[in-house]
Amino acid sequence: MALQVEPGVGTPVSVDTGNRAAPRKRRRVRAFLRNPTFVAGAAILAFFVFLALFADFLCPGDPLDMVAPPVLWPGQDLAFPLGTDSLGRDVLAGLVHGSRASLLVGISAAAIGLAIGMFVGALAGFFGGWIDTALTRLIELFQTTPTFILVIVIVAIGEPNLQTIALAIGLASWPTVARLVRAQFRSLRESDFVMAARSLGYSRWRIILQEILPNALPPVIVAASVMIANAILTEAGLSFLNMRDPDIVSWGGMIGAGRDQLRTAWFLTALPGATIALAVLSLNLVGDGLNEILNPRTEP
Amino acid sequence: MSLLTVDRLSVAFPGHTAVREASFSIAAGETLALVGESGCGKSITAFSVMRLLPSNARIASGRILLDGIDLLSLSEPEMREVRGAKVSLIQQEPMTSLNPVLSIGLQITEVIRRHERLSRKAARARAIELLDLVRIPDAHRRIDDHPHNLSGGMRQRVMIAMAVACRPKLLIADEPTTALDVTTQAQVLDLLDDLRRRLGMAVLLITHDLGVVAQWADRIAVMYAGRIVEEAGIEPFFAQPMHPYSRGLLGARVDVDADEHYSTNRLSEIPGSVGSAAGEAGCSFAPRCPVAESACRQAVPSLLALQDDRAVACPVTIAHEGGPHGAARR
Repeated sequence: MALQVEPGVGTPVSVDTGNRAAPRKRRRVRAFLRNPTFVAGAAILAFFVFLALFADFLCPGDPLDMVAPPVLWPGQDLAFPLGTDSLGRDVLAGLVHGSRASLLVGISAAAIGLAIGMFVGALAGFFGGWIDTALTRLIELFQTTPTFILVIVIVAIGEPNLQTIALAIGLASWPTVARLVRAQFRSLRESDFVMAARSLGYSRWRIILQEILPNALPPVIVAASVMIANAILTEAGLSFLNMRDPDIVSWGGMIGAGRDQLRTAWFLTALPGATIALAVLSLNLVGDGLNEILNPRTEP
Repeated sequence: MSLLTVDRLSVAFPGHTAVREASFSIAAGETLALVGESGCGKSITAFSVMRLLPSNARIASGRILLDGIDLLSLSEPEMREVRGAKVSLIQQEPMTSLNPVLSIGLQITEVIRRHERLSRKAARARAIELLDLVRIPDAHRRIDDHPHNLSGGMRQRVMIAMAVACRPKLLIADEPTTALDVTTQAQVLDLLDDLRRRLGMAVLLITHDLGVVAQWADRIAVMYAGRIVEEAGIEPFFAQPMHPYSRGLLGARVDVDADEHYSTNRLSEIPGSVGSAAGEAGCSFAPRCPVAESACRQAVPSLLALQDDRAVACPVTIAHEGGPHGAARR
C-alpha cells in the first residue's frame, strides 16, 4: 500500500497552509471594502441609521411642534437651516426623525416578508408534489393582487400605525422571496451534496436548514435590501395618502403636507422626496454590491 | 454468510424497468465490482441499497438483506439510522458533493455526532484522525478549510473520511474516481482498498473501468440492460470471460502489455447499442450477440451457476461448457 504522502497533492497545498484561517476573514472583509458600489451604498445607509439612532440628540424636541413662523425658506433663518413648513414645523427635524419611521417600517416589513417567503418557498421547493402545487397557487394569488392596493386594504381594515403598516407591506411582499427561495430549493435539493447528506442519514429538516438554506441565502440577501427599499417607498406612498400614524413624522407624510405649497414652497416636497430617493438608492447600491460580492464565482 | 444480499431486485421507472431481477451478494470485507456501460442500471442498484432512489422510481420487487435485515421493510427513520452508520455512499463528483458553505471539519464532526454520542471536542479530534487516515497532510490545519480550498482529489478524500467516519460495514463507491485524473485515481483507489482492510468494510465498487476492476476488486458482477449477466471471481473472469457481452467488453480493451496500440491494431467493438433489444422478448443482448441462437430470442436466460462462485446468464455458453453446475443457483 502506498502510504507515503503523494507529492502531486501534498506539496503545493502545504505551502499555503501556514497562515490560513485568520486571513480568510480579513480577505472577506477586504472583498466588501474593495467593492465601490457596496461602500457607497453602505456609507449613505450608515448615515441614515446614524440619524435614526441619534435623532433625539441631533434635533431635540417633538418634530411636530410649531417652533417658528410658517414657510421659512432654507437658509432664511440659520436656526432652521432647511426652513419650516406651512405650520411652522422644522423641516430638518422632520427629516431626521422621519428616518426612524422609514427605516423601522422598511426593516420590519422586509423581515416579515422574508420570514413568510422563505418558509413558503422552502416548503414548496423542497417537497415538490402537491405541496408545491398548492403553495405555488397561493403565491400566484398574491402576485396577481396589486401590492399597493393590498397594502391599502389591510391598513384600512386595521389601525393606521407603524405595526399595521409594516405587517401589511410584509404580507404583500413575500411572494417575490417565496418564488426566489423555491427556485433555489428546487435546484439545490437535486445537488450532490444534498444527496451526500441524505446518504449520511440526516433528516429532512436538518437538510433543509443546514444544507440547502445557507446555500440559498445569497440571492435572498440581495433581494432583502431591495425589499427594504420597496417597503420604504410603499410606506412613503401610504403616508402621502394620509394613511399613517398621525403622531409620527414620516418622509411620505411631509411630502403629502407640502403638496399644497408645491408652487410657492417647492422645497417642502423636494427635500423629503430627495431624502427618500437617497435612502432607496443606498439600499439598491448595497443590494448590487452584495450581489457582486456574494456571487460564488467571485469567491476569494 | 454474506453481509449484503440483493435478491431478485427490480426497480421500475414510469415507462421502463431500470433493474430486472438483479441478484448478487457481498461477503464482509470483500470488494465486489459492479460493471456495465452507462444506463445499464448499476447506479440505480446501488441507490436502491441506500433506499435513495429518485422520487419517480419504485422498487417493484425483491429483497435487500443487510446482516439479515430486509432494508426494504424498514421505516424511513429506521433507514436513516442505517445510512452513514452501516452503509455509506461515495459519489462520483467530489467537486459538488461537499456543502460549499461549511468547513470540512464541521461536516465531518456533524456526521460523527449524527450517529454517535460524542462531545464536540471529541468529535473534532476524531475528525482530525479521520483526515489523517485518508492521508490529508496537515490534518489539524486543513480541518478548518472550506471545500473550495481543496482540489478534487482532496475533496474525494474528505468524502471518504465522512463515509467511513462511523465505520460502516458496507461502502458503496459510485464511480468514485471518474471525475479525477489518472494519478489521483490510483491514489484514491489505493486509499479505499487500504481502508477496507483496516476497517474491515465490504466495498461495492461501481465502475465501467475494467482496469480499475482488475486491480482493486475481488469479484465482479457484469450488468447489461438491468440484468446481471455474469458473476465471477476476478482472476477467472479476466482469464476466461464467459458471457458473450463480457467477452466483448474485454475484447474492446487495448492491452498495453501485449504491445497493442490503437494505431496498429484494430479495436474490436460490440455491434449495436444497449437499446437494440428494447421491447423484444428473450435475452436483451441477443441482437448484438455473435453466438445468439433462435432460442435466445424466446425466453430470458436466468443466471445459472457454471462452476463454484461463477454464474452466467447465457444458455449457449452453458451448453458449450457442459451444462450448469449442480442445480440452478437462482
